[in-house]
Amino acid sequence: MSVLAAGATVGNPLANIGIFALFVVITLFVVIRASRNNQTADQFFTGGRSFSGPQNGIAIAGDYLSAASFLGIAGAIAVYGYDGFLYSIGFLVAWLVALLLVAELLRNTGRFTMADVLSFRLKQRPVRMAAATSTLTVSLFYLLAQMAGAGGLVALLLDVKSKGGQSIVIAVVGVLMIVYVLVGGMKGTTWVQIIKAVLLISGAAIMTVMVLANFGFNFSEILGSAQSAISDATTKGVADRNVLAPGAQYGGSTESKINLLSLGLALVLGTAGLPHVLMRFYTVPTAKEARRSVVWAIALIGAFYLFTLVLGYGAAALVGPDRILAAAGGQNSAAPLLAFELGGVILLGIISAVAFATILAVVAGLTITASASFAHDIYASVWKRGDVTEEQQVKVSRITAVVLGIFAIGLGILANGQNVAFLVALAFAIAAAANLPTIVYSLYWKRFNTRGALWSMYGGLISTLVLIVFSPAVSGAKTAMIPSVDFAFFPLANPGIVSIPLAFILGIIGTVTSSDRGDAALNAEMEVRSLTGVGAEKAVAH
Amino acid sequence: MSTTDLPKAPSAQDFLDMQASPEFQDLRNRLRRFVFPMTAFFLIWYATYVLLGAFAHDFMAIQVFGNVNVGLLIGLGQFLTTFVITGLYVRFANRELDPRAAAIRAEMEGNAR
Repeated sequence: MSVLAAGATVGNPLANIGIFALFVVITLFVVIRASRNNQTADQFFTGGRSFSGPQNGIAIAGDYLSAASFLGIAGAIAVYGYDGFLYSIGFLVAWLVALLLVAELLRNTGRFTMADVLSFRLKQRPVRMAAATSTLTVSLFYLLAQMAGAGGLVALLLDVKSKGGQSIVIAVVGVLMIVYVLVGGMKGTTWVQIIKAVLLISGAAIMTVMVLANFGFNFSEILGSAQSAISDATTKGVADRNVLAPGAQYGGSTESKINLLSLGLALVLGTAGLPHVLMRFYTVPTAKEARRSVVWAIALIGAFYLFTLVLGYGAAALVGPDRILAAAGGQNSAAPLLAFELGGVILLGIISAVAFATILAVVAGLTITASASFAHDIYASVWKRGDVTEEQQVKVSRITAVVLGIFAIGLGILANGQNVAFLVALAFAIAAAANLPTIVYSLYWKRFNTRGALWSMYGGLISTLVLIVFSPAVSGAKTAMIPSVDFAFFPLANPGIVSIPLAFILGIIGTVTSSDRGDAALNAEMEVRSLTGVGAEKAVAH
Repeated sequence: MSTTDLPKAPSAQDFLDMQASPEFQDLRNRLRRFVFPMTAFFLIWYATYVLLGAFAHDFMAIQVFGNVNVGLLIGLGQFLTTFVITGLYVRFANRELDPRAAAIRAEMEGNAR
């Protein structure tokens, strides 16, 4: 047990690195094989629309289950109990919005990006510009959160303590991501996500069975042991938590309760507005396959969050809150410590490698989405007014991916060690405020027009950003990004409860105050096409 | 590199005519009559759950059996309803939407495919 001394890393860093290197070698091989015909824009941006529903569903799960959901949620359940579980439910229920309202109609209407759908029957250039701005903002925040998280993970799993060493690892992650996207395009990226999702979900499943076996497959007993381990904790402020009921994390003031509601709203409405999730629906040949994708994604993501429930309470019971909170990564170390407790060096190595693979796959998905949006929306449509070849779009997208990758490495190194955990929630809040209202209105509301779209998108984007800058997430609190100063006047760290309704209302006000009724023929084409698939983009023949 | 047999492209007038046709209105209304109430239901059900989680700690802590309490059961209930709604929608879409959408597609693009 000496390896588990407080503050030390666990297991054998060489084993962790070795298993991760194996993952990189295998995925690179698959990416190179998958990339043999990656010349056309359809191939590069959508993998030729040739993935099946189940394949895409697994890839969606791979894209969605970031290191934050795996390490973060299991850790939150281990030390705060129920509130961590509550968090995971928003991430799951959100998929019903995608399934019922968005996925199929979006697949039928668009081609490469979210903006294709939003600008279909509205004024192309301003709406594309707004949609691309929001896409790039969401992707960048999400990307930054992942890259910064990599630094903490390195400290925990690879025993790299110096900032310089961590920076090198962040750079390696960034360079690998650039290679995946450049070489593999959407097809290669999708395969990376599929491999990672299978590893992550089966790893979590194996650990879940091992935890259950430890308690004679009696879930109630896990709960009881978790609570008594918490009650016996010596870490300050932990022992009096009731981890089986809500309130341990968000229980205090009315503000923190409203903060929880705000977070819940952003989670449930944000998923169906995340550009990298939406772009995945273009990788399948038909709307029916898009539907099957979401069904697979819901099944896998739902099962995964049920596993994290067992793993979180299992970590509290078997590892104990004191050891978790004293470890290098704090509560994020709950799942790795549990893996070591259950299966020693090998299982820990596998879980660590999976956590890294997770970061890699998620950042690759974000990068291809952002670079596609820049090339297709901003460069081709807004700047060149559509006067570009598809080859040029792909070329611009590749250059963008390299620039973005370098940018992400730089920002990730700068943000390393900063408290940027709020960035993921922020990305969801922006997606829910800036993207979802316009997506829903343009698919279901005939009267909706350009002014409504612009007011809603920019209103949602700007209000969310302004409120977060003046919130306790950025300044004025011990846990803030800049704790030393205080310019916060907005009390909530999650602005969604204000900015999301605001964006929905702005969409209505902007629309009805404009006499613009749109083009009846385009409205008809979009409505018929979105519901039936007439004229929708077809799969590329092999 | 070629795309699959290109169907004849419908004109703007074709889309306007189809949008106004009873068969398309039927498809559109069926879709909306299913997804709008269902969306309202799961959003309200989820909102109720989050509100209870934020404000009704004592209610959520009521033990039902063993260490399993009301909060845990309602939380697992969210998983259950998500899975059930998914299943209901898929069955509905396969039975009610797909054949109608396919018929309209065939009518507008010809039976080229």
